[in-house]
Amino acid sequence: MEFQAADDRNHPILLTPGKMNGNFRYLDHTADAKFQAFGRTLEEAFSNAALATASLMWDVESVEKRTQRKVQVRGRDLEQLLLHFLEEVIYAFETESFHLAAVEGTKIEEDEDGAYRLEAFFLGDDRPSGYPLHGEVKAITYNEMKIQRNDPITVQVVVDI
Amino acid sequence: MEIRKMSEFIWEIPKHGNMRVPAVLYASAKLLESVKRDMTLEQAKNVACLPGIQRMSYVMPDAHQGYGFPIGGVAAFDLEEGIISPGGVGYDINCGVRLLRTDFTEEDITAKRKELLAEIFKEVPAGVGKGGITKLSRDVLMDILTRGAEWAVENGYGSREDLLMTEEGGRMKDADPRFVSHRALERGIPQLGTLGAGNHFLEIQKVSDIYDPVVARAFGIDAVGQILVMIHCGSRGLGHQVASDYIEKMENAFGTKGLPDRELIYAPIRSSLGEQYYQSMCAAVNYAFANRQMIAHWVRNVFAKVTGSSRGMRQVYDVCHNVAKLETHPIDGQMRQVCIHRKGATRSFGPGHPEIPEIYRAYGQPVIIPGSMGTASYILVGTEEAEALSFSSTAHGAGRVMSRHEALRRFRGEQIRDELQKKGIELQSTSWKGVAEEAAAAYKDVDEVVRVSHEVGIGRLVARVVPVGVMKG
Repeated sequence: MEFQAADDRNHPILLTPGKMNGNFRYLDHTADAKFQAFGRTLEEAFSNAALATASLMWDVESVEKRTQRKVQVRGRDLEQLLLHFLEEVIYAFETESFHLAAVEGTKIEEDEDGAYRLEAFFLGDDRPSGYPLHGEVKAITYNEMKIQRNDPITVQVVVDI
Repeated sequence: MEIRKMSEFIWEIPKHGNMRVPAVLYASAKLLESVKRDMTLEQAKNVACLPGIQRMSYVMPDAHQGYGFPIGGVAAFDLEEGIISPGGVGYDINCGVRLLRTDFTEEDITAKRKELLAEIFKEVPAGVGKGGITKLSRDVLMDILTRGAEWAVENGYGSREDLLMTEEGGRMKDADPRFVSHRALERGIPQLGTLGAGNHFLEIQKVSDIYDPVVARAFGIDAVGQILVMIHCGSRGLGHQVASDYIEKMENAFGTKGLPDRELIYAPIRSSLGEQYYQSMCAAVNYAFANRQMIAHWVRNVFAKVTGSSRGMRQVYDVCHNVAKLETHPIDGQMRQVCIHRKGATRSFGPGHPEIPEIYRAYGQPVIIPGSMGTASYILVGTEEAEALSFSSTAHGAGRVMSRHEALRRFRGEQIRDELQKKGIELQSTSWKGVAEEAAAAYKDVDEVVRVSHEVGIGRLVARVVPVGVMKG
C-alpha cells in the first residue's frame, strides 16, 4: 500500500474546528504533554505532529527557514514510525541546535515486509541561540498513542517533558 | 478495583487476576483521592503481574501516573526469574538531588542573594539547548560514563569527600558505555553540566524548621536560618535516549503482545539484552552523577567569588530517584540480591547499613525530597522499618496534580515571580512559560507527602527548608 503524498503546502489549513493551535491541539495530561495532530493525509498528520512537538520547545512560527535537513526513518508499524519521526525533532535540536520551523515533502511508504518508511524535509534554523525556549521534550512515548485513519486523520501522542 | 484500608496511611490492592503479589500504597486519604484520579493504581497492579516480583508492588505517597510503571513505584525482582524494565526506571535515568550545606546564615547572604543567583545563572548553563561549557570528545564521554563523578573530581570539579557523600560513591561499577548507542552519546556531548528544563532547578535555601536536631547536626544542618544549596537534575538527553533505545530493543526482541502498556516492556534480567540495558543505565547514572558534581563545583566557585568564601560548603548527600540497582534485602527470612527499581522514589537505608557514609551510619541515610519550584523541600532520614515496608524506599518529591497546559491557562510566569519576590524569594529563569508550568499549585502538597512518609516510617523528618533564590532551567 502506498499513501498519497502530501501537498507541498507551506501553510496547512485548519482542518478541525474548535480550540486549536494551527493543525494540532494540546490536551490535558497531568505530568506530561499530550497532543492531537490532524491531516487530510497521514503525511500531513505526521508533519503536524512534528510541529506540535517542536512547539512545546519554541515558537515555530518565529523560526527562520535557513537550512534544510533530510529525515529518513523506519518503523515496524505506524506507531513506531511516528515515534521515530518525532524523535528526529528532539535529536536534531539537541545535537545540532536545529530549530524546526516547517516540514515539507513528507512521504510514507509501506515495505514488502509490512514495515514503513518515511522521508521528509525539516526546514528551520540551526543557529544555537536567538529563539527563546520554553520547554524540553525528553522523549516521545507510546503512552496513549493513537493513529486514527478517519477524516481528518488524527494522531495522538504523549511526550515526556 | 478493591482498595483495602490497612491503617490510616496504608492501602492495599489485594492479589487478583494475574497479579503475583499484592500492591500497597502509602498515602493519606487526601493523597489517595488524587492518586485515584489517574492510572497510578492500575499501573501498580500491572507491575504486580511481572515475573519474579518480590513481596509487593509498592507505591510511594507522591505517586502519579507514569509510563509502564507509575512514578513513585518501587518493585524488586528475583535475579534468576525476574526482569528489568526501562519503564521501571523512567526516561530521566538518575534524576536526583544533591544538597550542599554552608556556614552562611540568611543574614550573610540576603544582600548578595540577587548577585549570587545571577552569577550561578551565568556559570551553570541552564535551560534546554544552551549546551555545556566543556566541549567533550567521545573518548572523554566514554570515560565519564564509566567513572561518573570520579571523573569529575579527577578533573578538578570538587573533592574526593564529595564522592563519599554520594550514593554509590558517584559511580555505578557495572556501567559499560559500549552498550550506549551512538545517538545517545551524541545527545550527551553538548549537555554535560546543564540542569535542563521542566521540573529541574537549583535553589539557594534556608533552613526553616528542624525536627530532629541530633540527626540534623550529623548531616551538617545546625540551625534555623542556615543556608543550603539544592541541585535537582538528571542524565539529560543521554539518559532519555538510553531509555528509548532499550524500550525499542526489548520490543523488537520480545514483542508487545499481551502487554497492557507498551512501555511496560521488559527483558529477563539474566538475558543479554537485560544485562546490556542494566549496564547502559549504569552509564547514564554515571553521567548524571558527573553532571551534578560539575554543577555543585560551579556553585561553590560562585559563592567563593561573590561572598569571598566557600568555606563549609560540604556536600550533605546526593540521591538518585530514578534507578534500578542490585541490592541485598531480607526476603522470606533470607538475605537475597534482587534488582530493585525505584522510579520516582528515594532509597532510605536505615541506621547501620554498610552503604551509608560512615559519619551518618549511626543515624541512617540522608533522604532529600525537593518540593516544587518555590515551595518547601525536606531532609529526611532512612529508617530500619523502611526495609520491611518498602525495600528501603520513600517518596521523591511533590508529584504533579495539574497538567502543564492547565497551569499555563491559570498562571503567568511574571505573576509567579512577583508573588515569590513578595515572599523574599528571587527567581531566575530562561522562560516565563516554563515558570508558569511549574507553579506550586500544579503540584501535590509536599508537606502532606513527607508527613505520610514520616508517619508510616519509611523516611523520618529531619528538617524543612525554604528557598531564598530559585534558578529554574
